[in-house]
Amino acid sequence: MLVNERKIPIIKIRDFLIVSIQVDMHDRLALQLQTQILEEIARTHARGVLIDISTLEMVDSFIGRVLSGMASMASIMDAAVVIVGMQPAVAITLVELGLEMPGVETALNMELGMEMLEKRVNT
Amino acid sequence: MIELTSDPGWELLEEHPLETEFDIVKARQSVRQFAKDAGMGIVDQTRITTAVSELLRNMYMYAGGGIIRIQKGLFDHHQSLIITCLDEGPGIDNVELAMQDGYTSGQGMGYGLPGAKRLVDDFELQSQPGKGTTVRVVKWK
Repeated sequence: MLVNERKIPIIKIRDFLIVSIQVDMHDRLALQLQTQILEEIARTHARGVLIDISTLEMVDSFIGRVLSGMASMASIMDAAVVIVGMQPAVAITLVELGLEMPGVETALNMELGMEMLEKRVNT
Repeated sequence: MIELTSDPGWELLEEHPLETEFDIVKARQSVRQFAKDAGMGIVDQTRITTAVSELLRNMYMYAGGGIIRIQKGLFDHHQSLIITCLDEGPGIDNVELAMQDGYTSGQGMGYGLPGAKRLVDDFELQSQPGKGTTVRVVKWK
C-alpha cells in the first residue's frame, strides 16, 4: 500500500524533467503524476519532459489516455514530452487494444529520448 | 449477480471483492502472476492483464465494484486462464453499442470492452439492466 501512496519523483537536469515510473500505477496516482509534472514545468520552466516507462508491465486505455493527455497539456505549456523505454509486449498490446496516442513522441531509450528533446528545444 | 455457465472441472485460483483502486492494481498483479505460472509468454501475460484491467476499471467506474474470480482449466480443448468479473451495477442498456470501438457512455475512452475482447481468446458478456453485468475472458495457455 505504502508504495502506491508514494509520489513519483521528478528530477530536473538542465532544461529537462526526468520521470521514471517504477510502480504499477492505480488511476488516481496516474492523474496525480499528470498534475505533478505540469506543476513542475511551471515551477522550473523546463522545456522538455522525459518519461521512462521501461518498468511498466502494462499500459491500459486509462494510463494511455493519461500519458497522451500529459503530452498535449505540456505542449500547450511549451514543453515537449518524450516517452521512452516502452516494452515490446506493452507496445503490441496497446496496438491490439486499439489505442492511439496522438501527440505522444516516443524513443527507444533514455539516451535517444534526450537527443530528441534537445533537438526539439534547440530548433 | 449473473452467473455464466461454467465447467465444474475448472479449478478456482482466487476470488475476491473489488472495492478500491488498490484492489484493481492487486488483482491485475495476481492475474499476471497466474498467467506467468501457467507458462504464458510475456506478450500473452500482458494481453490478459491489460484486458482484465479494462474490465475491472469498468466495473469500478460504472458499478462501484464487484467480484473478480480467477480460474484455470480446459476451455475449448485448451488449458486456459479464465477470469470472471461480476457486478451488481446498473447493467448495460445496449450491449451491442457498448462493444463498438470508440463508444463510451461515461468518462472512459470507449476502448474498454471491444479492446479487451481483442486481447483474449474468448469473451462472454451478459448484462441485465438493474441486475448487473458479468464478463468472462479466457486466455489459452
